[in-house]
Amino acid sequence: MRTAEEKLTEYVSADVRKKSKISAVSVFLVAFFTLMCLVTIMPIYANFIATFKPGKELIQHGLNLKIQPDIMSLKQWIFLFTGNHQYWPWFWNSLGLTLVQVVCVLFVSAFVGYGFACYDFKGKNALFLCVLLTMMVPFEILMLPLYREIIALKMVNTWRAIILPGLANASTIFFFRQFLTGIPKEIIDAGRVDGCSEYGIYFKLILPVMKPAIAAMAILQGMGSWNNLLWPLLVFREAKKFTLPIGLNTLLTPYGNNYDLLIVGAFFSIVPLFILYAAFQRFFVEGMTTGSVKG
Amino acid sequence: MLRIKRFFYNQKVAPYMFVLPFIIIFCAFSIYPMINTILMSFQKVLPGQTHFIGIKNYTRLFSDKTFFIALENSIKYMVITCALLIPFPMLFAAMVNSKHMPFPNFFKAILYLPALASVVVSGTIFRLTFSESSDSLMNEIIGLFGAAPIQWLRVSSTGFTVLIVLCCWRWTGVNIMYFISGLKSIPRELYESAEIDGASSVQQFFKITVPLLKPTTIYVLTISIYAGLAMFTESFMLWNGNNSPRNMGLTIVGYLYRQGIEKNDLGYGSTVGIVLLVAAMIINVVQLKLNGLFKKEAM
Repeated sequence: MRTAEEKLTEYVSADVRKKSKISAVSVFLVAFFTLMCLVTIMPIYANFIATFKPGKELIQHGLNLKIQPDIMSLKQWIFLFTGNHQYWPWFWNSLGLTLVQVVCVLFVSAFVGYGFACYDFKGKNALFLCVLLTMMVPFEILMLPLYREIIALKMVNTWRAIILPGLANASTIFFFRQFLTGIPKEIIDAGRVDGCSEYGIYFKLILPVMKPAIAAMAILQGMGSWNNLLWPLLVFREAKKFTLPIGLNTLLTPYGNNYDLLIVGAFFSIVPLFILYAAFQRFFVEGMTTGSVKG
Repeated sequence: MLRIKRFFYNQKVAPYMFVLPFIIIFCAFSIYPMINTILMSFQKVLPGQTHFIGIKNYTRLFSDKTFFIALENSIKYMVITCALLIPFPMLFAAMVNSKHMPFPNFFKAILYLPALASVVVSGTIFRLTFSESSDSLMNEIIGLFGAAPIQWLRVSSTGFTVLIVLCCWRWTGVNIMYFISGLKSIPRELYESAEIDGASSVQQFFKITVPLLKPTTIYVLTISIYAGLAMFTESFMLWNGNNSPRNMGLTIVGYLYRQGIEKNDLGYGSTVGIVLLVAAMIINVVQLKLNGLFKKEAM
């Protein structure tokens, strides 16, 4: 027979063992993910360091993490803000186009999404199949005929050419429809009883409920527009109409001194997204992953 | 006027008004270009005079060596990125999500960061990080292990590796987020009862996590296959344009761009696009079958 005291020590030591095992796992996890995060940040950090180095140096030696006070200066940053170049027109083009595109796409897609979620009408299933079908055709396949189409419609160099083809964005419609399917039908019926028109119900009763869904989609759509290269590359021909990604891409020639602007400009182009991300991190991940759980 | 208004506000008409924008955009910018590209793939498209040439574009395509290089590159890229970007992010997600993980939100926030940088920015950074200079970051890192500097982007094996590394850097964090959101739908009790039954963490991962993540896995797999097959911008940025040495970074979309835009042969470019379309449709049908979406979503 063991004494109570012996039993107690056994319990305590088992408990200690368990705890130390847990903390060993935790230490491993922290170490592992710290390393992984360092690798993740490294390219961005290398870009940051490089914004202080002259372009010539970067063409010759590439990017590295070395701090070289003898060649590092704020010259590139000063050049970005005061130099004679087209970065700022590109920046404002990108910002303006992104804002207009987000507003238009969300306005239209949410409207359509409501139609699919809250009404039953003839041909709905066939139409919704079309939505799914559009989601399944990669944009790159339609690139050439769309390019020909906007030339025929004389929309080269216009924002319309960027906004119109994606105006009723299939995956955004799909997302809003999923979101609205969960909304109680009583809201709509109550609206009808109160004498609201069908559109009044949507704008006065439904739209306010959709705020979180709209925020998530706005972030996703905004990120897509801000970073889009391929389609704007075909649409915009004049340098003064360029968006930031196209503009930066034109700087990527090893001739001339463009790397001064390219590196600091590339870094600065991520800054608006970083700020948004710091403020609305939840929406970034939500907008992106919601489709995966249900889809 | 009143009649028109009454028509618009009719409860039977309103639903169609709601979906009308989609119908218009769908016809003008999906159906029309789709039909157009199918037609163009049978045409010689020249400014002012376009005529049908039968299946000549297709016979040309199947004897076009460069096209097969592009096809091979796209498929290779797609297979390798899927093989890397599904199992590892799944494992990492389970690790971040485990109850032993301290500060999970902090690590998640950082792992997602690369998704914010556009391909233009990250391509530029990677191009210079993998520069052939012996001082470039990657050459310095391999130098630590005693290896000689490599001309990363000029040799096809390493050039392709850079493409894969770029893709992994950009998407590992994003895919971890997908799997974490999938993990949230798995009830904790399953793990608790497994623990009581004495199942180890490894057993729990393979017996509970992996099978129950199937819907997420299929979703991530589908978008990865798509993104892999349609990859273009990454290669465009790494090699500063669509011309990599010996076409080592040429992809299907890159070839479509070269033929359709750079050489202005819209007919032949469309033919390349049709191949991509057929591939995408096959993948879709397989995916829908796997997901059982035909039953659930086809209403």
